[in-house]
Amino acid sequence: MVKGEDDNVTGEHGLDGVVYTSKLSSLVEALKERTAQVASWSRKSSLWPYTFGTACCGIELMAYMASYTDASRFGAEVVRFSPRQSDCMIVAGTITDKQAPILKKIYDQMLEPKYVISMGVCASSGGFYRAYHVVQGIDEFVPVDVYVAGCPPTPEALLHGLIKLQERIEREGFDFNTRERLNRRLAQTEAAPKNLG
Amino acid sequence: MTEEAGHVTEEAGHIEPKTIGKLRERFADQIVDVTVREGDDAVTVRRERIVEICTFLRDDPDLLFNYFIDVCGVDYSEFDPDMPRYGVIYHLYSLGHNHRIRLRVLLDEDDAKIDTVTGVWKGANWFEREAFDLYGIEFTGHPFLRRILTHHQFVGHALRKDYDHGKRQLCTEVWDLEFE
Repeated sequence: MVKGEDDNVTGEHGLDGVVYTSKLSSLVEALKERTAQVASWSRKSSLWPYTFGTACCGIELMAYMASYTDASRFGAEVVRFSPRQSDCMIVAGTITDKQAPILKKIYDQMLEPKYVISMGVCASSGGFYRAYHVVQGIDEFVPVDVYVAGCPPTPEALLHGLIKLQERIEREGFDFNTRERLNRRLAQTEAAPKNLG
Repeated sequence: MTEEAGHVTEEAGHIEPKTIGKLRERFADQIVDVTVREGDDAVTVRRERIVEICTFLRDDPDLLFNYFIDVCGVDYSEFDPDMPRYGVIYHLYSLGHNHRIRLRVLLDEDDAKIDTVTGVWKGANWFEREAFDLYGIEFTGHPFLRRILTHHQFVGHALRKDYDHGKRQLCTEVWDLEFE
């Protein structure tokens, strides 16, 4: 919402109450804001998932992709099996210590901005595998944006997680200063405890 | 359960099946113990001639155990301290005759070694690797005896009863792809 700073503004009311002033700077600001909104909207509406389905949650993930739950209504349909073409990693299933460095490597190869949904209790906390061979929550080595509870979560629950992530992306907004934005995301990544080399 | 076997075991009423009868004829000195119960035929044998025994079980026309189901390790240390610590157990099935048998070999803790049966059934390869990985039982003559379930930086054998089940060992690097 950009409002004219002068009192003697003779502006017109736009579609959503924005007052367009005659000042060029305000116009640029308005344009930037509008562009940011569009960019933010398009980013949240095209979360291409990288599926990391390792166990029963993977089956629920398939159901979430399929016709009944239909994730494609939210633009999250184009499942990519390459970290180069996806921006939302859905970790569905148990991650063992043996699998962890592989997951980390793939996460590192994904392009910014990237998001992680931890699906089900195994990925989120190790679940009932309270033992020597399973990672006790993938936040040990990758930053997680949304946790989805359940064992396994229903497709609807995962959809809820996706919507939560979309809300979050919208809240984050779009920063034109890509360098700063990247640094902020990297700082988040750095904040994750480093258990892996 | 066939009638020509005829040998009655200690448990009254259980007639020893033909499979064990044939094994007795051929390897009488190798058999330590026989249990027949509820259609579950189990034979405990010595380890020295295990490959011969397995080859006989596979090739004898009346037995034909051509389907190798499983070989696994057992740690008996908390089950019965007086027993030898480790057991290697073979589950066999005959597709042609529809009968099963369970072979058991007991191994002492300080000498947990047994000959591999990968030459008899190819399928034993990964199962033996698993038993080696989780129990530390060594299969001499195995073509590729390397850990299969735990990662390459893992130290110790996870299913031994003295391994603390909560002790995690982190894997810090991706193992390069390698094909047998």
